[in-house]
Amino acid sequence: MEREEIDKLLCSAAAFDRGNYTGRELDGKLLAVLFFEPSTRTRMSFSSAMMRLGGKILNLGSVEATSITKGETLSDTIRVISGYCDAIVLRHPKEGAARLASEVASVPVINGGDGAGQHPSQTLLDLFTIRESMRIENIDVGLQGDLRYGRTVHSLAFALAKYNNVRIHTIAPDGLDFPRYIKEDLLDVGVELIPHDKIEEAVCELDVLYVTRLQRERFPDPVAFANYASTYRITPSLLERAKPGMIVLHPLPRVDEIDPAVDALPCAKYFEQAHNGVPIRMAMLNEVMN
Amino acid sequence: MVRTISDGIVISPIKNGTVIDHITPGEGLTVLRILGIRDGTNVTVIVASNVTSSRGGRKDMVKIENRELLKDEVDKIALVAPDATISIIRNFKVSVKKPVEVPKQIIGVIKCPNPNCITNTKEPVQSRFVVHPRGFRCQYCDSLISCEMDIGDYI
Repeated sequence: MEREEIDKLLCSAAAFDRGNYTGRELDGKLLAVLFFEPSTRTRMSFSSAMMRLGGKILNLGSVEATSITKGETLSDTIRVISGYCDAIVLRHPKEGAARLASEVASVPVINGGDGAGQHPSQTLLDLFTIRESMRIENIDVGLQGDLRYGRTVHSLAFALAKYNNVRIHTIAPDGLDFPRYIKEDLLDVGVELIPHDKIEEAVCELDVLYVTRLQRERFPDPVAFANYASTYRITPSLLERAKPGMIVLHPLPRVDEIDPAVDALPCAKYFEQAHNGVPIRMAMLNEVMN
Repeated sequence: MVRTISDGIVISPIKNGTVIDHITPGEGLTVLRILGIRDGTNVTVIVASNVTSSRGGRKDMVKIENRELLKDEVDKIALVAPDATISIIRNFKVSVKKPVEVPKQIIGVIKCPNPNCITNTKEPVQSRFVVHPRGFRCQYCDSLISCEMDIGDYI
């Protein structure tokens, strides 16, 4: 997406967030929700957004109860479901699944996350949440956690690259930094990437700290995971060093990355961020179906 | 068939067939693999590796008797040997001589190195790569086969 398209969606989401809608915008429209992986926030916020605009939901349900278990390809599934609805939201474990689906579908397909690839609707709500607190310009954004497999940080980094003077600080354990090709792509588009070994080094420089969940299976052993998890935990005492106005985001679900005591601090914006999934997805659905 | 002389290499001519010249040094055998010429072949093939090039430096060269290449085969050769030329030989004379061209979009030729890419599944989809300043990029998962990687491993 181009910067202008992103900004248009963010403005539209802001209007929906203020309640500027009739609830009949998508009257008579059907959204098929095809999730081949577990999801709470993305699935429910798309459903909520569709229903708030007067549309209805067709849910794939559990994959086990479908023809996919009989060996049907994703391509065939999408071709068939295209005939039942006005748009499709797809989450799939394989990278590139949404692109393939968009090629075979006769209705618009929204990528609800594909493997370790992209998660564009999450990125839009991340940008929306940042924009509620500050201009997305001349800011320092810290990305912490699993930057290798975390699709939300890949999408976010490329989206931030479209804005002026956004510096990206990376705080990741060995082996879980951005893949090389992503680093090179970001450098190609002029992003300043600043690596840090410890969150303590970075926290005082940041306007936004974006924390992601670490998955135990990415670590060589449980001890390495426990060491990292304890070192990189976000606590109220760590945030005492932060700049005034700095915000903490997390795509959720969190496990141990953020101390629950942080929730009460004004910088904790991750629940607001999750709520922002609804207006952003209202804007997306309205755009593709109207 | 190949003999060394003081000022270079002489390779005997073919009557009919194809000469692939100016192959990136070391890629001659990859070109044979692309063309499906393997152990036990009965095709007459001449391969010269790391010989002196008239353009300077080194090159590989392949001559194949009684075979003219399909466009698809030439496109694949262009990926591993972007400076190669293809000459069609008819009755000992060069009938056509053309440089290979790397296509802007490469469909169904390269296997994506990302095992989790949708093109590496049972889906009825061909891989699709585009030329990128640093290599070749998968149009589905965005993985990059960089110039430092051996593209021949993915063909």
